[in-house]
Amino acid sequence: MSVVPARDGPITTILRRIGAVVVFLASILAQCVPALARPRLIVHQIYNAGARSLIIIMLCGLFVGMVLGLQGFDLLQRFGSEDALGVAAALGLLKELGPVVTALLFAGRAGTALTSEIGLMRATDQLTAMQMMAADPMRLIVAPRFLGGVVAMPLLVAIFNMIGLFGAQLVGVQLMGVDTGAFWSQMQAAVELNDVQEGFIKSVVFGTACSLVAVYEGYHTEPTAAGVGLATTRTVVTSSVLTLLLDYILTAAFL
Amino acid sequence: MRPNRALEIGTGLFVLLGFAALFFLTTQLPGSGIQVGGPAGYSVTARFDNVGDLKAGSPVTMAGVRIGRVAGIAFDPTDFKAVVTLDIDRRYDTIPDDSDASIQTAGLLGGKYVGIGPGGSDTWLHDGSTIEFTQSAIVLESLINKFFANFAGSRSSNDAPAAKEDATP
Repeated sequence: MSVVPARDGPITTILRRIGAVVVFLASILAQCVPALARPRLIVHQIYNAGARSLIIIMLCGLFVGMVLGLQGFDLLQRFGSEDALGVAAALGLLKELGPVVTALLFAGRAGTALTSEIGLMRATDQLTAMQMMAADPMRLIVAPRFLGGVVAMPLLVAIFNMIGLFGAQLVGVQLMGVDTGAFWSQMQAAVELNDVQEGFIKSVVFGTACSLVAVYEGYHTEPTAAGVGLATTRTVVTSSVLTLLLDYILTAAFL
Repeated sequence: MRPNRALEIGTGLFVLLGFAALFFLTTQLPGSGIQVGGPAGYSVTARFDNVGDLKAGSPVTMAGVRIGRVAGIAFDPTDFKAVVTLDIDRRYDTIPDDSDASIQTAGLLGGKYVGIGPGGSDTWLHDGSTIEFTQSAIVLESLINKFFANFAGSRSSNDAPAAKEDATP
């Protein structure tokens, strides 16, 4: 064994990082059940990750839905089937746009907050201090934040979808003059429970992935001011790429 | 951590809102649940041989103008017909009772709707009355089938003598 540790190549670095994230996920999951003994911590994190993201989610949902209504109407009008706008908007929101856009917003709004909070705790040695007092930071800090994100995400996606549908209806029916009955009845006839389920599963997976990346990056922050900034940036980049990658895999699996 | 009233109310509100949205998406979006508008008019029934993919909520039009919507579709097992309940706006209460109803398609890919053609009677349709003259949905597949059957029939009768001529020498 050499005294100087071997330098990692680029591939080894990626492998180590993936391995470290998986190990970290396992240790969070091991702490999840003990963390349930303190529900107030989790409620606080659901508030942080969910309730405080509500405004931005609703605003973006409205605009995404409205744009979907506009673009969908323009596209469907070329085939003379504007009545199918409800179906197009509902399926687009439920299956793709809802989960993906919410996850991207979640990474930017809640993920960065998590990373910088935990990262600053690391930089100011609060996590080490907790360990010195025999208080497990994994159980008291990391697990509640992770669980809060996992719970908040599907609810945020559901709200996003609702508002998006409202936006699509606003533009399609009120502005463009698609018939209300055709809009809703065709939507109800074409959307199946499987589609809703697919969106729900996606939202849970994205919530898990984004929360995991955020707490991992925070926990493993380099304890400097620049390190916290870097970790926050990495959270957004990794979460976004991971979300889109997982989205493709999940879509391919469901079709 | 000490209890924080605002925080708990905020979280409760968020979770409630989320579950309400989830409930709406799972129960109302698939299948027929929402009643858009109210029962704002009088209902008239019409019996069709075939309604195609007419849905509850589809428009009812007269001269291309929407005058109501389909309230419900049921199947009558005694005469094997579809009983379509039409909810017609109260403003249009002077439709002759010998008017005819037909199921038509909006555009090539559009949804089905019920078109009503005016009759010449002096008495009007009222709540609970029945439209006697109906024309079923045109099912595109059967139309194409019929066309190809005719086409193939005429082709084979033309081909048959030609084949014989080829065979005889």
